[in-house]
Amino acid sequence: MLGLRKSDATLLLFVVAITILAPFILNPFPTNSAMAQFNGGYPDLMQRFVIFGIFAIGFNILFGLTGYLSFGHAAFLGVGSYAAIWMMKLLTMNVIPAIIISVIVAGLFSLVVGYISLRRSGIYFSILTLAFAQMSYSLAYSVLTPITGGETGLQPKNTDPRILDTLFGGGGAGGRANFFGLDMRDSYFWSVGDWSFVFNTGYYVAAILMIAAFYLSIRIFRSPFGLMLRAVKSNQQRMNYTGLNSRPYTLAAFVISGMYAGLAGGLLVAMDTQVGAERMFWTASGEVVLMAILGGAGTLIGPVLGAGFIKYFENIVSKINESILQGWFAALPDGLSDFMVAVIYPFIGKGWHLTLGLLFMLVVIFLPGGLVEGGQRIAALFRRKPKDNDGGMSAQATPAE
Amino acid sequence: MSNFQFTRRGLIKAAAATGAGLAMPTIISPAFAQNQAGYTNAPAGGTVTLGFNVPQSGPYADEGADELRAYELAVEHLNGGGDGGMMNTFSSKALKGNGILGKKVEFVTGDTQTKSDAARASAKSMIEKDGAIMITGGSSSGVAVAVQALCQDAGVIFMAGLTHSNDTTGKDKRANGFRHFFNSYMSGAALAPVLEKMYGSDRKAYHLTADYNWGYTTEEAIKSSTEAIGWETVNTVKTPLTQTDFSSYIAPVLQSGADVLVLNHYGGNMVNSLTNAVQFGLREKQVNGKNFEIVVPLYSRLMAKGAGANVKGIFGSTNWHWSLTDEGSKAFVKSFGEKYGFPPSQAAHTVYCQTLLYADAAERAGTFNPCGIVEALEGYEFDGLGNGKTLYRAEDHQCFKDVLVVKGKENPTSEFDLLEVVEVTPVDQVTYAPDHPQFAGGNLGQCNPGA
Repeated sequence: MLGLRKSDATLLLFVVAITILAPFILNPFPTNSAMAQFNGGYPDLMQRFVIFGIFAIGFNILFGLTGYLSFGHAAFLGVGSYAAIWMMKLLTMNVIPAIIISVIVAGLFSLVVGYISLRRSGIYFSILTLAFAQMSYSLAYSVLTPITGGETGLQPKNTDPRILDTLFGGGGAGGRANFFGLDMRDSYFWSVGDWSFVFNTGYYVAAILMIAAFYLSIRIFRSPFGLMLRAVKSNQQRMNYTGLNSRPYTLAAFVISGMYAGLAGGLLVAMDTQVGAERMFWTASGEVVLMAILGGAGTLIGPVLGAGFIKYFENIVSKINESILQGWFAALPDGLSDFMVAVIYPFIGKGWHLTLGLLFMLVVIFLPGGLVEGGQRIAALFRRKPKDNDGGMSAQATPAE
Repeated sequence: MSNFQFTRRGLIKAAAATGAGLAMPTIISPAFAQNQAGYTNAPAGGTVTLGFNVPQSGPYADEGADELRAYELAVEHLNGGGDGGMMNTFSSKALKGNGILGKKVEFVTGDTQTKSDAARASAKSMIEKDGAIMITGGSSSGVAVAVQALCQDAGVIFMAGLTHSNDTTGKDKRANGFRHFFNSYMSGAALAPVLEKMYGSDRKAYHLTADYNWGYTTEEAIKSSTEAIGWETVNTVKTPLTQTDFSSYIAPVLQSGADVLVLNHYGGNMVNSLTNAVQFGLREKQVNGKNFEIVVPLYSRLMAKGAGANVKGIFGSTNWHWSLTDEGSKAFVKSFGEKYGFPPSQAAHTVYCQTLLYADAAERAGTFNPCGIVEALEGYEFDGLGNGKTLYRAEDHQCFKDVLVVKGKENPTSEFDLLEVVEVTPVDQVTYAPDHPQFAGGNLGQCNPGA
């Protein structure tokens, strides 16, 4: 199907099913139950899952295939975001121009950065990209304040020109990000018994783009071009000695993954019309590296899982506070409940970084192939006879870093 | 190079799938559920949820922790617990200690990380998932502006926490956002007369400014108000926000012929730059036949604590200080102190006030509808919340109240007793026209009830 082999088609269908059914999968607990705290199925988080999924898929095309570890990918995300918000301010609140321009601008910027950075490899390459990203961040935060809004960032305002909207009258949706009149923030609520499910327009727009991005990534992984990139990873020197110039390939991979980042940046703006310079900070670049490694670098679905995992912790665990904790253990005797609260408290709320860090360590130590490897091991338990490599849910042909 | 094989059948299939996907939101859109109450997150049942969005990690985590304490105290008081704190001294008696409009107050918390993205994500989850009717908090102007715009779009009220930049109620003001805290302009206007009295009107000032939005507005405010009293601005230098060692910036100050150094820094920046300046012996220097002086426009107790003995004798401004002796301040310090064992910071004070003001506005309006609340707060005059007579101005949703000019205490008696109030600048001196150049370019817009 669609030029995919059977296992890849199954994987794509799996991803499509998951993204379409996400509102159900992410809201497994009844709204008023104590466990509702762990429901992740609200529009903002679902949007973030797929947007950072796109970001991680793109990063994985560079890191997973060529082994070039870019530490500055957040810069492309940020540049894409700024491009998108300017399109919204100047042209129209329709998300289409914003998204297209964000991809183009991020692509051009990554071409420049990649052209320079790819002259080096290994740690030098990482440091160069990190330097570019930090440079972009500092510029956006202070020197370029007239363009980027500096610390306060940029948002659409009533006073923006929005040329196309004025031309075609209003632009619908009252100055909100929209897709030909469909407000990105509109949601349809469906209540079934105690459960409540949210279907959000913005989420499905982003989800469709993520599926497209995922499909493109499968095609790249399976193409001769992808094979070339894998060759770069396994031994670039030998490749060069055979007379092949590998730089065009790596540069192409770098630009493609920069464009993915730009798409994610544009979508972030489309879903939530605001940009802040922190989006380009080095921790944001580090986060996508974590996503790729946590999920399984070099696998197709790994980065998406990693992105979901990290965003879930950032948004759900960080919101558990002491009083909620006390509520959980209220049934226990006083001393015991205080003890439990004291033990768990450092790991929740502002301690979510700590929890995530510990989980990351566990994954890296025990599942070097990331969450995907975990899935494979579980699948192997239920499988009678060992199958060949194509049976798994990921591209095992590429061992993870 | 690539062998993407697009067969005709495959292409048609793909196009059909994409088309179906694109059509999906269109199919479901007409059925959007309408909220019966006519505004976002109308509280159902016996409780109402407030969202406390404060920095729990990052450079302003101390302020965030203190804000959270004050919020919890406010919720306790609103629900009738504790000694009632400032509810007893508040000029409005609409609050009865039975929650807001008879609904018990509950809250959710989130971590802004002092990043606008994270702050918005956290605020959105409060609105979309937890059903928060009001968002409050924040310890930096970037976050305040970002979250304020979000709340405007989503149709909930935003009660700003610690945000000092002019922009929050200037060019980035929003109808659904309100600020109790003072701003850069007010700092300048309050400080200038005191500086004139102490240091004379013939001074040469040198500014070191944190290189971001708040730094710019503060520099502009201080510069224009000191120039109005006859000072000359020798130079203004931007310092990177991440700078920790300011010695290379301090050295040129001595050669510039300036005799006053203005540090437009906040938090850790200010602690480091002030410490550097004092270590360089600036304060013992004589320039132009006068003692060299240092000024810090925005002071907080937490910063004074960080800078230690270096703050002694240095002037600055603050929104509120726990040593004030009016009834409101005393009641607040007492109930905060009894609960947590130490006096509250100005950040704690402003967020406590904001929570009470919101609750009171809801009581007076008789509804949680954001438009009702906006109407109740606009042009509202109140007293008894520690700052004397205060006005929530309708034109820009900024509170106008007396501003405190403080200086680092020479002989502190405890680790909290670091600042002393030099002068209370009356509200008239710090009031400005809504279209003042430092605040121009904004548009409040219409209140948005969402849904």
